[in-house]
Amino acid sequence: MAIEEMYTRLITEHSRDKRNRREMPEATHSHRGVNPSCGDEITLRLREEDGVIKDAAFTGSGCAISQASASMMADLLTGRTAEDAKRLAELFLGMIRGDVTDEAQLEELEEAISLRGVAKMPARVKCAVLPWHTLQESLK
Amino acid sequence: MSLKHLFPALERGGVHYLDSAATSMRPESVLRAMDDYYRYDSANPHRGLYDMSQRSTAAYDGSRSVVAKFIGALPEETIFVRNTSEALNLIAYCFAPSVLGEGDNVVIPITEHHSNIVTWQYVCKKQLAELRYLYIDRETGAIPDGEFSKIDGRTKIVAFAHVTNVLGSVNPVEKLVAAAKKVGAATVCDIAQSVPHMPVDVRALGVDFAAFSAHKMYGPMGIGALYGRLELLEAMPPFMYGGDMIEDVREQETDFAPLPSKFEAGTQNCGGAVGFAAAVKFIEEVGYGAIAANEAALLRKLTEGLRKIPGVTIACDAGAYERHAAVSFLVDGVHPHDVSTILNDSDIAVRAGKHCAHPLLDYLEIPFRSTTRASLGVYSDADDIDALLEALPKVRRIMGYGD
Repeated sequence: MAIEEMYTRLITEHSRDKRNRREMPEATHSHRGVNPSCGDEITLRLREEDGVIKDAAFTGSGCAISQASASMMADLLTGRTAEDAKRLAELFLGMIRGDVTDEAQLEELEEAISLRGVAKMPARVKCAVLPWHTLQESLK
Repeated sequence: MSLKHLFPALERGGVHYLDSAATSMRPESVLRAMDDYYRYDSANPHRGLYDMSQRSTAAYDGSRSVVAKFIGALPEETIFVRNTSEALNLIAYCFAPSVLGEGDNVVIPITEHHSNIVTWQYVCKKQLAELRYLYIDRETGAIPDGEFSKIDGRTKIVAFAHVTNVLGSVNPVEKLVAAAKKVGAATVCDIAQSVPHMPVDVRALGVDFAAFSAHKMYGPMGIGALYGRLELLEAMPPFMYGGDMIEDVREQETDFAPLPSKFEAGTQNCGGAVGFAAAVKFIEEVGYGAIAANEAALLRKLTEGLRKIPGVTIACDAGAYERHAAVSFLVDGVHPHDVSTILNDSDIAVRAGKHCAHPLLDYLEIPFRSTTRASLGVYSDADDIDALLEALPKVRRIMGYGD
């Protein structure tokens, strides 16, 4: 895979995007996820009302892959039920593990499907999955 | 002439290895020495009365003599340990408690590796002592004179790297030792980043303890050495207890073996020791003169080249210090892990991240709390530097910056 196929415009733009990178005073869930080996960290904040995620945002610092993954995930979560969010996290992790390859199924991840190439970069898998693991912990 | 052909990991090409400050590659002569030992001589040393055990004993003890002579120490003052971290732990566990009490302090520069920070945090907490930092000038990387007054009447230990691992800067060992001696504090010098590049004589440095690892100087992982002044080591209690470190054992009491065995419990890493000694011989054969000349020329090419690339900045580049074989740099707006992944696409191996030096990166307020570091070894050549300088301008472009 050429390196440009990994760092697509979508990923580099999301990594710098500020829309979802913010505090959320009214958050109902706040969870910090850290990759001790590389130091990437994000704090994911969700506002859940009647079982539906009304808003998702994060703060933190890390490489383009972890930050883009968090931004794409936040976009995807808004308007989803907590159960749906858990299912999407499983789907994303399945994609990165290489267990789920069905295009139609992965479409549901919307822009996050663009991180599929990370599956072929073992050193960077932990970056892409950090926000999704944090989501799982936060909804436990 | 490039020495890549002596290193199996490098001779077939495919990698511009610029991460020797993390670990160096190992030459054929080191690999062969260890292989021969394990194939033909690897009975347990110090135990058997038969020929093979005698050969093993000679290999182990002989290796110690080679390593000791290399740093200007006596064999009894040269303890084999797993690595620099273990050597520093040995000092923290077996020496520090005897000198450090409530209200006393340990002084270290902010540029230290975690191995020379966390160990002192541990012992200072335990002894209710204070851990003090000597801060560097953020522009030049040097320790201003005023900082040295932190070494005072309550200072019991001053610990510092000879060459620092993030900046490649040389610490002012002479000044640190003089300041420590003036107040009667012990000195601990981490020479892991200096021995691969320059001759080190522990007596000329005038330090009480020194620590280094074989794997950063073309030897194997899992073995290193602690140097300690004889009278200090003699007064210290053992670190680990068990076989081979005893003279006589009764049901309730033990007399410990003399130095260096007192600090080497259990069957030791003999193959590693043999590789360690072979690495010393390798360095001596190449010669520090040739090593330094090659590395200095490449470092100049590297630093001059980095300064010309838009969006690339060298950390502490005002450089009021001598730099050795390592340069940390930043690519504007790009996390070093992404820099390294993109460089890897051009077969360039550099270290990216926090370099086991979180306090330094925080103090320097480095973006992403991380840098990319290129470091040199005996096998580095102009091709490696050219490859890096050619690939670096691609990084910001790939990351979507328009320059």
